[in-house]
Amino acid sequence: MSTLDTTAGTARRPFTGRRAHLGDIILQGAAALAALGAVVVVVLIVYKVVQGSRLSLSTFGLSFLTTTGWDPVHQQFGAANFLFGTAVTSFGALLLATPLALGIALFLTELAPGWIRGPVTALVETLAAIPSVVMGLWGIIVLAPVLRDHVMPALHSALGFIPLFGPSTTGATIFTAIVVLTIMILPIISSISRELFLGVPAELKEAALGLGVTRWEMVRGVIFPYARGGVASAMILGLGRALGEAVAVFYVIGAFNGPIHANLFGPGNTIGAWLASEYSNAGSKLEVSSLFYLGLILLVFSLLVNLLAQVIVRRVARRQGVVTP
Amino acid sequence: MSAADLSVLRRPNDRLRRRRLVSRGMELLAWLAAAVAVAILGIVVWSVAKRGASELNLDLLTKPVVPFAAPDVTQGLANAFAGTLVMVGLATLMALPVGILIAIYVNEFAPRVIRRGLGLTLDILNGVPAIVIGIFVFGLLVVSHGQSGFAGGVALAVLMLPLVARSTIEVLLLVPGSLREAALGVGAPRWRTTLGIVLPQAVGGIVTGAVLAVARVAGETAPLLFVSSVGVSSGADWNPAHALQSVPVAIFELSDTGVPSDTARAWAAAFVLLMFILVTSLTARWLANRSRRKLQRVA
Repeated sequence: MSTLDTTAGTARRPFTGRRAHLGDIILQGAAALAALGAVVVVVLIVYKVVQGSRLSLSTFGLSFLTTTGWDPVHQQFGAANFLFGTAVTSFGALLLATPLALGIALFLTELAPGWIRGPVTALVETLAAIPSVVMGLWGIIVLAPVLRDHVMPALHSALGFIPLFGPSTTGATIFTAIVVLTIMILPIISSISRELFLGVPAELKEAALGLGVTRWEMVRGVIFPYARGGVASAMILGLGRALGEAVAVFYVIGAFNGPIHANLFGPGNTIGAWLASEYSNAGSKLEVSSLFYLGLILLVFSLLVNLLAQVIVRRVARRQGVVTP
Repeated sequence: MSAADLSVLRRPNDRLRRRRLVSRGMELLAWLAAAVAVAILGIVVWSVAKRGASELNLDLLTKPVVPFAAPDVTQGLANAFAGTLVMVGLATLMALPVGILIAIYVNEFAPRVIRRGLGLTLDILNGVPAIVIGIFVFGLLVVSHGQSGFAGGVALAVLMLPLVARSTIEVLLLVPGSLREAALGVGAPRWRTTLGIVLPQAVGGIVTGAVLAVARVAGETAPLLFVSSVGVSSGADWNPAHALQSVPVAIFELSDTGVPSDTARAWAAAFVLLMFILVTSLTARWLANRSRRKLQRVA
């Protein structure tokens, strides 16, 4: 055929592979530079925070983590009570938020009528958009009095024999901080869980329902095991958010720097809240450096939390890659 | 077989009844959980609106925040609004181009290993607590040069960068590969394909991602406390070389003084901030869904 001959004959330029355009080089260079910039920012954050805390690190070492008290007069600084408060509030919030978030995710994927799903999904995610300063102000003015007058006395009279539910004095307590953090991490866990539940293959769910199990048994036997790893990493991300929250917790926790106590209905303090309250007060070099040290602890927490979530996601992906066709 | 045996099969026995009851109960709890979340949002918005909306007046826009002022001085929030505009504007100028370039690199150029590493880097950056970013910028710029609106802009930019990069990466992934191949196939160089074909397809999604990021950082207090919080000026201050006030920091400081007029202004500022954030993020989300559907139709 003649057409075949012409294609061979009219090729003016021999094909020599992709030529490097100047534009290509510039765009790829700029894009690679920007990507390198992101890595540099992370490294710089770690470097600057470590550098700032060096003085405190060399003065107190790891005993910073086990001593309580912030005493600018005697230049003695310790973070034990902040660490305790941070752990109690974050895990408390995680404990309250997880079942709620799973309920919301189940509602949005399995129960809600079609027309309600979109709006409710948007509203729940909007909860995450409320600024922490507004959450804090609302928490101390609106939420705290309700908890103080109704919730805490009721829990105290019912469960007062457990030291956790001691007498309540003010509205600014560890418990109030837990509730505020619960509200803040709820949308994080629920939106990730919702996406995970949506990803459960319909044939697995239908197979279970076809065997005659109830809807809840299907959720427990199919959806939860399928999404388990993802939910775990969502919980860890929620925990990370709660660990680092500063301003909202500062409003509601009562800024108590005394000895560690078990009463959730008493005031406390967290690393983030203390940083938010000390931004304008820090005097000596050692005190500023100790604030950096607190920041370093939060930074290490956030790095660990992120890596842990990654590891879990990877492991689950590998396992499910084997199981699912 | 007798008739009595069959009726046992037809009637749910106690065990089955209990299983159904448990299932119903769990469904009820799930409904309740969703209702609680929506109710909390409603209560927060309503209680901020109730306290803040009545405090809105023109003085807020024209008069500045004056710390430790005499009680008869009428005050506003002018410098807070100006400072937030300046710092969020600076942050957007810094984070938006860099974030888009990162997304271009990840989607169009990077080998797989590097793509994964960058994803992890963005996740880590996104996970750094806002207060730690404040401390970082304090150590980076404030220790040597003092507080400034510029430093505040840098802090907000660090917060914005992973948000913008992530949302842009997701949008670029939605651009159909066939468009890219078609452009490359007719001999367009890679850079023209990316800037002329791929980016215009994704521009709607990139803009909504940027708007969401702006809404998010505009409400951030923690990164600014160490970085730009001592702003004192007689009027709106637009100079990023000065320490600037901002709306969230103004709320933080005004709600702490105990003076009734300060508290009133804190609620007014909280109302304005909350409304701005809710309106922009809901609109952006709505637009994002629309443009995503459009892109999926193209594919």
